[in-house]
Amino acid sequence: MEKYYHSVTLDKEKCRGCTNCIKRCPTEAIRVREGKARIIGERCIDCGECIRVCPYHAKIALTDPLASIQKFPYKIALPAPALYGQFRNVSINAILTGLLKLGFDEVFEVARGADYVTEFVNEAIKDPKRKKPIISSACPAIVRLIQVRFPELIDNIINIESPMEIAARLAKEEFCRKMGVKEKDVGAFFITPCAAKMTSIRNPIGIDRSWVDGAISILEIYGPLYNQISRLEDDEVLLQKASPHGILWANSGGESSALDMDNYLAVDGIQNVIRVLEEIEDEKLTDLEFFEGLACTGGCVGGPLVFENGFVAKNRIRKLSEQAKGRHLSREEVVDAKEKIQWYFEKPILPKPVMKLDDDITLAMKKMEAIERIYEGLPGLDCGSCGSPSCRTHAEDIVRGYASEMDSVFKLREKVKELAQQMIELSEKIPGGKTSNNGK
Amino acid sequence: MMTSRNHIMEQVYTVEAGNFVLAGEASGQIKKVLKQLGVDSNIVRRVTVAAYEAEMNMVIHSVGGELILKVTPERITVTARDRGPGIPDIGLAMQEGYSTAPEIARELGFGAGMGLPNIKRCADSLNMQSKVGEGTILEAYFDIKAR
Repeated sequence: MEKYYHSVTLDKEKCRGCTNCIKRCPTEAIRVREGKARIIGERCIDCGECIRVCPYHAKIALTDPLASIQKFPYKIALPAPALYGQFRNVSINAILTGLLKLGFDEVFEVARGADYVTEFVNEAIKDPKRKKPIISSACPAIVRLIQVRFPELIDNIINIESPMEIAARLAKEEFCRKMGVKEKDVGAFFITPCAAKMTSIRNPIGIDRSWVDGAISILEIYGPLYNQISRLEDDEVLLQKASPHGILWANSGGESSALDMDNYLAVDGIQNVIRVLEEIEDEKLTDLEFFEGLACTGGCVGGPLVFENGFVAKNRIRKLSEQAKGRHLSREEVVDAKEKIQWYFEKPILPKPVMKLDDDITLAMKKMEAIERIYEGLPGLDCGSCGSPSCRTHAEDIVRGYASEMDSVFKLREKVKELAQQMIELSEKIPGGKTSNNGK
Repeated sequence: MMTSRNHIMEQVYTVEAGNFVLAGEASGQIKKVLKQLGVDSNIVRRVTVAAYEAEMNMVIHSVGGELILKVTPERITVTARDRGPGIPDIGLAMQEGYSTAPEIARELGFGAGMGLPNIKRCADSLNMQSKVGEGTILEAYFDIKAR
């Protein structure tokens, strides 16, 4: 495994070195250097904001091609509930049937995985020892955001696996048992609305290895899947099993509304989530029991790798959820699942304090002082032309050794002016130590 | 404003009376600085909560003042110094639930009488002096434990 695997990457050819992405990155993880954007691996949380804002489509998400499912003798599709919102007047069952026609041997709805997670969380919130508010672990970009910017809230993150992992484990267990095949011969593929999920498959948090074998973006599968769906006949087998609640996880607030409690807050859009996490950290929301934060506007339906407008998809999901035929899980099914699969994190989530200036506080203080001194000499326009997102970050970058003062056009102009002045002074000198003004 | 010498760092933030637009800005800055200095996250949280309460106290009750952050490798000090009106009975003000907050502040959800008790709970030690007609100075100390 690479040290910092990221799905979000740069297509260098397309990058023009503009300032759109550096200014929108919530962890200040992008700089423009030598005319091209550069992502700082240890800071990036794969939220995909830069993919959305890049006008040249130079920010891309690495996902697996559809053909990669052929590496496995048996293939399982794990569709994110957000997939259901992509098609007009198409039932969930038709979408699931379409996936089978595409070459998958089995489909297991991640929305069904979400039904299990809801039950697990419902039990966990009854534990009075847990730090409140409990923070959802469903959005991997938010979990990574907390690691980087809110380490004090790590213990609030619920140590329960995401619906995707739960779905993969249950699907594989069930398939292997039913078909009498070995687990290594079965590949489970998540149909993903976002890059962060791809990263959490390759480089998971809380577990050593993901049970998901790959992620295919909704954008990639949309065309082939649409083709299959349009050719479907009426004799579909009923595949749709998830409850209306599980399907609603595609939308912001879906996860929370399924819980046995009322004292929750569901926030979407990464800047909004940051604002609320600041308040939770400052103990301003002391009566809150559960916090659901989703990086994308509207929830997963607003992911960077979806085809349909997130607001349209959100409304479709709401309607599809109302018509859903799936039922809620029985007590036995929940107990059974807990016995069969690993459903909670095996490892603690560790902080990634990349914002700190130095391990030694005395040195950190010295650096802070140097930053303030440099910052005072900068114009405070936050134009981004130096390649850093703001004058403040530019000052930090200089002190951290990532940038030089002359990267700033304003500093450069000052320097040029100074040099020009010196040149004039020099040109006015004539050999012999006399100046041309002599004799006037 | 910032000064630093011999491992002491000091930052001074002006707090305006009755200005709810800027309220919270100083304590927010303090939090950012401490995170960058790599101070333990539990201490950062306690300092921020105390600084926020002290800042809000000045916004609501005082005629204005300043919030001062002082950091040494061993200790963090948050000082709230205002120019009046002063607290007649500090013992009473420290009681949970006691409040003299005006209506405008209560409508915003402040003035529950938890400000000073909250600062006391967060800080490792506290020093407070007040003179009616002159002003109040509150100093909250936080030990940076060996990491």
